[in-house]
Amino acid sequence: MDVVFNQVFAGLSFASILLIIALGLAIIYGTMGVINLAHGEFVMLGAYATWALQSFAGIGVVTALPLVFVAVAAVGWIIEKGIVQWLYHRPLDTILATWGIGIILQQAIRMGVGAESKFVRGPDWLSGNIEIGTLVMSNYRIFVIVFSVAVLTGTWLLMTRTEFGMKLRAVIQNRGISECYGIEAKRVYSVTFAYGAGLAGIAGALITPLFSTIPTMGTGLVVDAFLVVIAGGLGSLVGTAAAAMLIGEVTALFSIVINDTLGRIAVLAGIILLIRFRPRGLFPADTRR
Amino acid sequence: MKRREFLGRAGAVGTMGLAGGLSAPALLSGVGRAYAAGDDIPVGLLFSLTGAVAVVEHTLHDAALMAIEEINAAGGIHGKQLRPIIEDPASDPATYADRARRLMIRDKCVSVFGSYTSSSRQAVLPVAEQRNNLYWYPTLYEGRECSRNVMYGGALANQQQDILIPWLVENYGPRFYMIGNNYVYPKEENNYCKTLLKDLSGEVVHEEYVPMGHSDFSSVLNRIRAEEPDVIFSTLVGDSDVAFARQYHAAELNPEKMPVVSLTRSEIEVKAIGGEAAAGHFSSAPYFMGHESPENEKFVEAYKARYGADAVTHFVNEAAYFQVYQFKNAMEKLDPADVSPPNIRDAAVGMSMKAPQGEILIDENLHTHLWPKVAQWQADGQAKVILQSEERVAPKPYAAYPGQECTGKGLVKT
Repeated sequence: MDVVFNQVFAGLSFASILLIIALGLAIIYGTMGVINLAHGEFVMLGAYATWALQSFAGIGVVTALPLVFVAVAAVGWIIEKGIVQWLYHRPLDTILATWGIGIILQQAIRMGVGAESKFVRGPDWLSGNIEIGTLVMSNYRIFVIVFSVAVLTGTWLLMTRTEFGMKLRAVIQNRGISECYGIEAKRVYSVTFAYGAGLAGIAGALITPLFSTIPTMGTGLVVDAFLVVIAGGLGSLVGTAAAAMLIGEVTALFSIVINDTLGRIAVLAGIILLIRFRPRGLFPADTRR
Repeated sequence: MKRREFLGRAGAVGTMGLAGGLSAPALLSGVGRAYAAGDDIPVGLLFSLTGAVAVVEHTLHDAALMAIEEINAAGGIHGKQLRPIIEDPASDPATYADRARRLMIRDKCVSVFGSYTSSSRQAVLPVAEQRNNLYWYPTLYEGRECSRNVMYGGALANQQQDILIPWLVENYGPRFYMIGNNYVYPKEENNYCKTLLKDLSGEVVHEEYVPMGHSDFSSVLNRIRAEEPDVIFSTLVGDSDVAFARQYHAAELNPEKMPVVSLTRSEIEVKAIGGEAAAGHFSSAPYFMGHESPENEKFVEAYKARYGADAVTHFVNEAAYFQVYQFKNAMEKLDPADVSPPNIRDAAVGMSMKAPQGEILIDENLHTHLWPKVAQWQADGQAKVILQSEERVAPKPYAAYPGQECTGKGLVKT
């Protein structure tokens, strides 16, 4: 029984990391229909930015978060302006192009910074655990969970309570008509892409004290994030959050009942079943293209 | 000139004319081609400089290249310089085979040094055997292989575990928790560990394999917390190992009560884990950077001077380094006219040399007699050797498989 609560927490922790990564992916897809295969590399860039800020400027992980967000968002903005915006009417080519960008970013880091794993120190004030009976919760993981909920709330407010959010939703519903009303769709797209990239950067920064910071670190994570987006329903915030929870908890459950390898297979099989019966995911967004 | 000789030469000239290429006649005539007949001695370096494995293989490449440069600076072999031909197989096994073929056929290398992973070695193996060339493989590996064309410089299961397991059972207890990545090396090592534990009446409380690159260990740590083993026996590799160590530290488990004992964690991984999180845990290997010997001091100093004060040496690049010297010693024993890969192999067998880890010897089964050590990691990221084998340990590639033995004539079943 002790294990159950600890596993629920482990699942929650995994879900919170997935959520931040998947959120950026879901927003980019939901808005402009671009499947961004370089998203994992944005995560990686975030991790390396954190490493650089810590080793050269002495800035801790938590303080670095806004800086990392801005830095990776800037990279995302440049990539959108330079490459992606020319390909909006060729969705298949964006897949290839973003995949290529991912490879270039990976190799650039490998050549510029080095291929070996980098060490990033976790924040001292978040070290240690909270113990409630047999339940042991790492303070840092609690912080990641709280932070991810804050990011989700922030994104939701941005989408529903601001002028930019309204324009964004208008563009999502019908780009042509929105432009007739004077909304500059191109600008909305750039900002959205940058925002999604920035979120990925934050995710990268948050996982550095727990994971290994290497050029290929994003590849595995982005696969999980894609699963979340697909299971949740493309472009839906609520769906993304629900699917991240579901996948995190189910992964934790399976890995304790069976083991991590078979658990992973079971999760993938579960998602195949899910999209067989709900092809548009749990909470499909009602959009017209 | 005899008639037959004349015809032969005419034929050779004719072929050359027909094929129109410089190396074509040697290729066509096959058997009679001379090795290292030119002004220098071509050797292949087949380490990935790009791709996923590059992190480690780059350091192997660096160490081997440094050894070659040292040999050249000291006058080469028989007055000839070694000419390193560098190929980058980009972490892809099929490319390893392709580049090995290129090095062995086109560049006529007398030996090729390369590989970190077992999958890449196994990709090169058929090429080396077909061309009857020699492949120097520096990594620790799982055994169960007995090729006459591969020189194995790394530790085998018996060389990593024979002194380690009894010591662990005595000092920490008999309950082992096995965690590894899901591929052949961890499974074979755990197999051998189980045979040792059986004799010591030890017990495996849980055996678990996670996918390669797995990075979230919350579930594993929860299970460890529930099982409370005496020893966590780890064969996790690369970034999985780094993530596991950091999460173990974040979960505040106690290395004094249940230390992680790794067969694969070296100075490279510890650098990424951070000394604080690695401190108190153990690794078993024939070499550590902190080992004290005049040869090692020289090696570490030269390596840092060449690749920067941050650079670390570890148990795989030490082997990549000394294997080049083993090759040199074997070459020097040969008459320059007799140089060929099989002759180098035969000359190398039984040869001993002082490596950074101690005096090592090449067995007739082409594996290496090594000096097993167990070290505890310190907060400064270095390993302190706390247990050292009193004698050099012979390599037994089939230690976990009674009835099979690798000898100078290949695999023998008794």
